[in-house]
Amino acid sequence: MSEWWTYRLDDFLLFSPRVYWRLFEAHNAALWPLHLATMLAGLSLVVLILRRPGRAMLWTGLLLAPLWAFVAWTFLLQRYSGINWAASYAAPAFLVQAVLLLAAALMPGGPAMGRLDAIGKTGLGLVLAGLLLYPALALASGRPLAGAEVFGIAPDPTVLVTVGLLLTARGRWLAFLLPIPLLWCLFSGLTLLAMGEAQAWLLLAGTVLVALLGTLRLVRRGSRAVRE
Amino acid sequence: MATAALGTAMLALPPGRALAQPAPLARAIPSSGERMPAIGLGSWITFNVGNDAALQAECTAVMAAFFAGGGRMIDSSPMYGSSQAVIGRGLATLGHPDALFAAEKVWTSSGTNGPAQIDETRRLWGVERFDLLQVHNLLGWEAHLDTLQAMKAAGRLRYVGITTSEGRRHDLVEQIMARQPLDFVQLSYNPVDREAEQRLLPLAAERGIAVIVNRPFQQGALTRRLDRAPLPDWAAEIGATSWAQLILKFILAEPAVTVAIPATTRVDHVRENLAAAGGALPDRELRGRIAAHIGAL
Repeated sequence: MSEWWTYRLDDFLLFSPRVYWRLFEAHNAALWPLHLATMLAGLSLVVLILRRPGRAMLWTGLLLAPLWAFVAWTFLLQRYSGINWAASYAAPAFLVQAVLLLAAALMPGGPAMGRLDAIGKTGLGLVLAGLLLYPALALASGRPLAGAEVFGIAPDPTVLVTVGLLLTARGRWLAFLLPIPLLWCLFSGLTLLAMGEAQAWLLLAGTVLVALLGTLRLVRRGSRAVRE
Repeated sequence: MATAALGTAMLALPPGRALAQPAPLARAIPSSGERMPAIGLGSWITFNVGNDAALQAECTAVMAAFFAGGGRMIDSSPMYGSSQAVIGRGLATLGHPDALFAAEKVWTSSGTNGPAQIDETRRLWGVERFDLLQVHNLLGWEAHLDTLQAMKAAGRLRYVGITTSEGRRHDLVEQIMARQPLDFVQLSYNPVDREAEQRLLPLAAERGIAVIVNRPFQQGALTRRLDRAPLPDWAAEIGATSWAQLILKFILAEPAVTVAIPATTRVDHVRENLAAAGGALPDRELRGRIAAHIGAL
């Protein structure tokens, strides 16, 4: 792209905010009341992490994998790609993430959940934000509740909850499980920013936060290796 | 539901009023002499509504008002998401109006992929051929211009053009305009984006190239900014009743400009835009005052 420095973020926005938000209204109307089941499943995962962390990764993977595939098919491909061709490229990435989540849940040596230090608690905060705060953002922004973004139904809260859940885990698998969700947070955050939507900052802040935590962890691991 | 929404929108079109409107100013396409109403209809963002039936019906109502008001040129691009399909659906609903001047673009870096993309675009519009095909933002321009010129020579296309927007790559645009046999050039121009006045507009006049002006309102940003300020009293001297009309009159008063293509989702805005080409245009002194006033706000 020549003269790339002359482009503004909103030069890449192909649709109006009105059209974007109406996608969620149509999507919710088509899938209701599945939202109740996905919300309940998300909250159950939080309880499982707090009470039975040893089995949490299995259920997290088994639950999240189909939801990522479901969102890819029903929202990204069937709705969003109609107004944003980039969504048709994101959908396969969501399917890859579904496979990775399933593999992490089923293969030996997968991530261990139940981390409840500062990083883990930050993760739980993101989970609760994705489950409870995200649907309320529609009302807070003056949009109808019918267009609320709900975990397991819409991509942003699904991704945010996934990132939060992964922050409560430890293990090498995280290096494979986090990139796609973080890239989506960046992509969707920038899209919302171009639309002038304040909730963009939730996704962008989540991305920066996780990147900082990851860097911090690498630095600590590095300094520990030097001491040893 | 879509039919009902379109019906409601069509009811908002008083046919008597549409007929009573004076025909919009028309300008000749230099390469052919064909006269073209000076207000066209853009589709960037506004017509990218996906599968939303109610919004598709709104777009069709906008097109209906556009044709009813004497408009002809509708412009789109493969880059504009679902806009091409929405235009095609609208044209089918309206019975493919004879007045249509179909302006499209080819937008792919591969010259080899150009013909297939053009065929797909034609399928989406539901037209036998395009009146104008333009190389979008000069992407792969050399190969595509060869394709388009060959199509024109074979009678499968009437006009060939290139596009740029927001002042980008004017040096290359100038070179192509100077060396290639173009019918149209599309560029951004309005009272605050006036770079085209320096070289491109004079060159278009000199070379007999029709000029399409895109983003007259800076994708709505300019009119949104201006809406906070009252329209100056002197706007009435040229019959402008809104900032949008004042901007369009400023643009159309430039003799090298052939068509401006504002995009909108609203029937009342289509009428307002077409009406801007229906009355007096500002003279040189008033154009200067418009640019200075808007630039200061």
